[in-house]
Order: sequence, then structure tokens, then C-alpha cells
Amino acid sequence: MLTEVYSADARLVWHQEKSVGDAELVVLPGGFSYGDYLRTGAMAKFSPVMDAVRGHAQKGKPVLGICNGFQILCEAGLLPGVLIRNRQLKFVCDDVRLKLETDNSPFFARAKKGSVVRMPIKHGEGNYFADADTLKRIEGEGQVAFRYVDPAGNATEAANPNGTLNNIAGIVNSGRNVLGLMPHPEHACQAVLGSEGGRIVFDSIMGSR
Amino acid sequence: MTLKAKVYVTVRKNVLDPQGTAVERALHQSGFTAAKNVRIGKMIEMQIDESKGLSKAQAEAELKKMCEKFLANMVIEDYRVEIEA
Repeated sequence: MLTEVYSADARLVWHQEKSVGDAELVVLPGGFSYGDYLRTGAMAKFSPVMDAVRGHAQKGKPVLGICNGFQILCEAGLLPGVLIRNRQLKFVCDDVRLKLETDNSPFFARAKKGSVVRMPIKHGEGNYFADADTLKRIEGEGQVAFRYVDPAGNATEAANPNGTLNNIAGIVNSGRNVLGLMPHPEHACQAVLGSEGGRIVFDSIMGSR
Repeated sequence: MTLKAKVYVTVRKNVLDPQGTAVERALHQSGFTAAKNVRIGKMIEMQIDESKGLSKAQAEAELKKMCEKFLANMVIEDYRVEIEA
């Protein structure tokens, strides 16, 4: 998608590699790394490439984690909290509406806070959890990036697809350069796939090259 | 002497455990109505490689690190270690 829609110079990095080279943006994609053994994302955090990812993040450069990528970033301590099993115990595959809750990040520099976009979710462990103090800090510091909302833009119980705390769908770290979200923006960047709502995640960061 | 360890990883009390709730419901439906506050955890067992020459105390310290760094997610899980020769 990055090469087709954004004409980006993108390459795949195998998890055993020890460097991300001169990459500007590092993306941890969705999937089922290590078969979700032990806990989703738990084993991937020890892959050799994660040291390079951590270094990239520590330099303030952008890191994006989508779905399993978000789970890995939380397990690796690059984002606070954890993703646990969907409350209803079912895998959810659905289109959702998300509200952008912050524009304070290189990922959203050109986006409009409060925008509501549509994207698909496909996950069994998308239920965001953090202890009370951490949650208070994330909310207070404006680190919530996306919330699940209803058509009117309200974060209601009905709009919550998996029991996630405060309808949280995605967060940024305190440095605002690491973004993790459960929905799949990369599957919503071309009208032929049903929605271009995912572009909100990429437009700012890809345009600022 | 081969040391054997059992690690019990359980969901913290303040974290919702939907699996436990579902199992409790199913137990009640099957007539086992005495089951209450069902929680599902994990048990991991392993041997301590005797060629590493670790004492029981050293093995306990290693296991504590294994649990806190990897086997348990400290945000949502507690752990308990049992070691025997």
C-alpha cells in the first residue's frame, strides 16, 4: 500500500535482521507473530530487530504498530498498557468508526482533531487495558489517538467492539512518535477496498518526507 | 540433582477475565452450581539445566526474572513459582 498509494520507497525487514537501515518510518504490521503463543506479541518483542526498532523510537523517529504490531509495541514497553482478549471472546471482523482524539503527533500534523473515519478491524485481542494510574495519565496527557465512536461521533458502549477501556482504539507514547492502533488503516486507503479513512494515519507522516 | 520448576501465571484480581466468566457460566449450566469466581491461568513447567550449576536460590532468582520479563505480563498477570529437586 505504501508503495502503491504513497509512491514510497518501502522494503520489508525480516525480524532476524539487526538493523532498520536508513528507514524514516518503521511499521510493525498485523498478523499472528509466533502464533500468538504465550500472549499476543509477547515473543516477537525478543526478535533481533526489536533493538533497532527501540533505537529508532528513542531517537524520536516515527514507529507505527498496526494490530499485532500494536500488541508487540505494548509488550516491548514502547507503548503503555496491554491488549487483552475481546470481552465477548469472539474474533471481530467489522468496519468501525474512529474519532481522531489528538493532532499532537507527526502522524496527525495535517489531520483535523475530531475527524471521524471508517476502517476495518479484525482481531481477537483488541481490548486495551492499563491500570488506573496509567489510564489517567494517558487520558490526561492526550495520548489517546483514536476512539471507537458511533455515527454521531460519540464513544458509546454500543460503539465499543471489544470491551476496550474508554473505547480506546489507538494510542501514542509520551514522545508522540510511536503510534499503535488495533484497526487497519492500510486496508482503508483505496476507494476500491471500501474506504479511504485509513489515509488519516499516513497522509501527514508520508507528506512530511 | 535436577531442579524442576512450575510457574503459575494468573490474571490479576482487578482485570476482567472473560474466559473465567464464560467457563463459570458453562459449569453452572452443566449443573456444577457450586463454582464461584472462576479464573483461568497458565501453568508453565520446566527443568533447570543441571549443567548450569545453579543452586535452588539462584534458580528461584532466574525464574523470577523469567516471569517478570516474559512469562507473565506484569500489567495484567501475577505469578507464583514452585521449585523442587
